[in-house]
Amino acid sequence: MKEIVEIPREEIIPDKETILKNQGIPNLDDLSDKVNRICDEALKLFMELNTPVAVYAEISKDEFEEVYEGEGKNEIPSPVAEIYPRAKQMALFALTVGGDLSNKIIELFTNHDFALGAMLDSVASEATENAGLYLASYYLASVSGENGIGLDDAIMRYSPGYCGWHISGQGKLFEYLNPEEIGIELNDSYLMIPIKSISGVMIIGPREIHEFEMAYRFCDTCKNKGCRDRINEMLGQ
Amino acid sequence: MDILQQISDNLQRGDDDKVFALTKQAIENNLPPKSILDDGLIAGMAVVGKKFKAHEIFLPDVLLAAKAMYAGMDQLKPLLIKEGIPAIGKIVVGTVQGDLHDIGKNLVAIMLKGAGFEIIDLGNDVSPEKFVDAALTNEASVIGLSALLTTTMPVMKKVVDLVKERNLSDKIKVIVGGAPLTDDYAHEIGADAYGFDGMNAVDKVKMLMELN
Repeated sequence: MKEIVEIPREEIIPDKETILKNQGIPNLDDLSDKVNRICDEALKLFMELNTPVAVYAEISKDEFEEVYEGEGKNEIPSPVAEIYPRAKQMALFALTVGGDLSNKIIELFTNHDFALGAMLDSVASEATENAGLYLASYYLASVSGENGIGLDDAIMRYSPGYCGWHISGQGKLFEYLNPEEIGIELNDSYLMIPIKSISGVMIIGPREIHEFEMAYRFCDTCKNKGCRDRINEMLGQ
Repeated sequence: MDILQQISDNLQRGDDDKVFALTKQAIENNLPPKSILDDGLIAGMAVVGKKFKAHEIFLPDVLLAAKAMYAGMDQLKPLLIKEGIPAIGKIVVGTVQGDLHDIGKNLVAIMLKGAGFEIIDLGNDVSPEKFVDAALTNEASVIGLSALLTTTMPVMKKVVDLVKERNLSDKIKVIVGGAPLTDDYAHEIGADAYGFDGMNAVDKVKMLMELN
């Protein structure tokens, strides 16, 4: 099954606290009126310009094995390779908040409106992440009750370029999913355009299959550590 | 109050309209362009930098000040060129090949320009050869490399290696930065410095150019 999902704009608006944290402002008490106005303006621009849309397609374990293999450049071992064989169901996905936002950010920097440009960039990045959360919830809800999927199961997203899945995996993912249908292109370096886009696989299964220790070779040099937050959130910690 | 002090104060407040007007007035009053630059604009940005490091102000405040800096610089630049006054140093910056994320690089370039450097911005998806060729052509003494993706970090090593292969290590220093980078990684690939944010990059570049 393949579906294009028009994501409601209001579902992905980032909260002010998160945006400001991305700008290095730890709490709202430290916020000056001027910066507060810039944040409001960035949110207003975001509402005018964002066009969130996603595509996902369910995929069998055998098919995913081929997609995941990509160009044979993945780290061995890696979390995804150990998680997907225990999945109950999964789907490839790609989503974007659209190119107008990226163009506006470039325009603002060109016009020396650096503060607003940087703020809009933070808003757009956070909104893209929120769109990913929305899509995962949407997919999980749509298959709930099927294939033994119930309350004990969780959905997690994994993307090429992270956790040992080599970025070149984007090639096979795009061949299978064809996100060009929703306006996402892949360049020669396997980067998506518009830049505020994400892709990967959504894996549904018992919560424990998504738990992994940071014991892989590449974990030592990873500064992101986003996996810890996602796992803790899934486990309700 | 001294007009240069007013330029500095208004720059610190991020008031670009006032900085524009005061710089215009200072030029009309025949103040030396180099003095307007050093004692007005750069002096203001230096205070902003100190406050940022002390966590008294945040990134948006710095960027508002940078906009005000540009409002003054745009008027001064033709005069500085006419009088043959060089920037304190030339730096080539860009996001490495395979990476299209340029916000971080742009922020570093803004901070460096605010500190008085001339910036040759090559944009994003820049090949190692282009970095080194641009540094040679423009007689830049530092190359600043940015990457957001872990997958593009190895390109930084290629730039460092190319500088060494061409026996340019004495002339051209390489500084790296970007969200996934660490000081250890910079050391591992043989880069001369690692900047963890824009302000830190300014300090490190000054160190590399022995300007401190």
